Amino acid sequence: MSLRALRRMAPSAYIWLALAAVYFVVPLFATFEFSLKENKAGAPCCTLHNYGWVLHNGDFWHTIKISFLLAIETIVISLALFVPTIYWVHLKLPRLRPVIAFFALVPFVVPPIVMVVGLLRTFRGTPNWFYGTPWGFLAAAYVILAFPYMYFSLDAGFRSIDVHTLTEASQSLGAKWTTTLFKVILPNIRTAALAASFLTLAIVMGEFTIANLAAFHTFPIFLQYVNESQGFPAGALTLLSFLITWAAMLSLLLVGRKRGGRGAVITGAR
Amino acid sequence: MADQGGRVGISTEALPKPLRPDHGSGRRRLSFAWVATLPFFAYTIAFLFLPAGAVLLGAFQDKHDNATLANVRLLFHNPYLDAYKTSIEVSLVTALLGGILGFMVAYAAIREGTPRVVRSMLTTFSGVAANFGGIPLAFAWIATLGPLGIVTVWLRNAGYNLTQHGFQLFSKTGVEIAYMYFQLPLMILVIAPAIDGLKREWREAAANLGAKQWQFWRYVGIPVLMPSLLGAIILLFGNAFAAYATAYGLDQGLNLVPIQIGDYYTGNVLDNPHLAQALAFGMFVVLAVMMLLYVPLQRRAARWAK
Repeated sequence: MSLRALRRMAPSAYIWLALAAVYFVVPLFATFEFSLKENKAGAPCCTLHNYGWVLHNGDFWHTIKISFLLAIETIVISLALFVPTIYWVHLKLPRLRPVIAFFALVPFVVPPIVMVVGLLRTFRGTPNWFYGTPWGFLAAAYVILAFPYMYFSLDAGFRSIDVHTLTEASQSLGAKWTTTLFKVILPNIRTAALAASFLTLAIVMGEFTIANLAAFHTFPIFLQYVNESQGFPAGALTLLSFLITWAAMLSLLLVGRKRGGRGAVITGAR
Repeated sequence: MADQGGRVGISTEALPKPLRPDHGSGRRRLSFAWVATLPFFAYTIAFLFLPAGAVLLGAFQDKHDNATLANVRLLFHNPYLDAYKTSIEVSLVTALLGGILGFMVAYAAIREGTPRVVRSMLTTFSGVAANFGGIPLAFAWIATLGPLGIVTVWLRNAGYNLTQHGFQLFSKTGVEIAYMYFQLPLMILVIAPAIDGLKREWREAAANLGAKQWQFWRYVGIPVLMPSLLGAIILLFGNAFAAYATAYGLDQGLNLVPIQIGDYYTGNVLDNPHLAQALAFGMFVVLAVMMLLYVPLQRRAARWAK
């Protein structure tokens, strides 16, 4: 970006972009500044004490492990559900495609707060290994949350490859269905699957609504607990949470860039 | 990147090229092919449609599962009526402001004269920031405009006391300011392709015919963009309306519908879960109305996009 290029900009464009930059950057900077403060009057400016507090907190490691494992479980279930289905629909049942697309879109119009109310009512009284653990109830809900992102990413991936030719080639060489799926199809939609997985990771690591109403202790719940009880360590945790989201989203953008021209994506952890 | 694909949101159009006819599959093979999609449909029914149905049904049942309109009727009394009013107001304000300001920022980044790198930086950042939200976002605003926030302290040192001038972060205004942090990026992402649709030739043609800048916008720019703008604003409305965690992290006492619903499960007021289901049903109705408005507007917007 040369100076000459900047000089060609309209003055009003400068103002709008500068205002936006201030609005977006100041809260991030404020969070960073808070994370370096200490809870004592007259303490020197900057301390890494809060980061130490986080790293030595057993609950932090416990909850972040739960959230991370939940994300992995959600990704595995979603991929297992969607990859064979979309593959099959592209190969044999093209007329079913709009139906699947519609089903995958429904979670967009059902807010998580409404979804959890329904889930709690529907599955009350089911065995404890499902209703009482995050690995059952929460994972089941998060797979639904991931539906639109999984579907649109994978569907785009399948559209960009020639499913028929790949399948025929594989079968004429004597491969079984499972071999075709795992050794031929999956490597060809790897980037789409990766993009969908990063997105799901970002959603699950930040999801608060369902976990809070269903009373499971995930990482965002721990963050809210610290937020309520002690101000400055919450700054360090918030920054960490931002970093997780940013890392997932930027990995997604990088993966998408390699494939060229991916649509923007909007998740729902709010 | 959002600016290359322009494929924001949703497309359910048919395949671009005709599918290769499937010689091998007769009628009997087809009925077998159905079976392979069963796990997907079973999952969707069990964890999406059954719960949604449970909400709709539960809203019209009393404690003993008999049919009743009492819960839905209660929604028209306070505090629930008030909760809907506040929720709709917060969503409208942040959707309209987010829509207008987001459009301004997006246009500033896309218009001629602005280096292209600015645009790609803005869309990349928006892609990330639209995914912000929840408790971390609430904390970021506490650190900024809370009682000890850096902007609050900075203004106080400069002789301006925010609190004395009636500003409170833990309030409706505070929640609205925080919501803008994900509303603006969403608007930028959604409206950028529409701004690209404003053809340069139109502007030159208008100028050649002697139109001033404001006349171009009044008679060409805004009418062409209007359906996309309205559609995007409705999307923003739904986005804010469904939000729970950000408001919860800032002000648990604010009377919003999601917070009312949440109180039923996190507090100790589980005497009538059907009321929570009725509240959820009401949210569903508001969102459904918004979606019904969205579809024809989207159709009109598509007319100009060719």
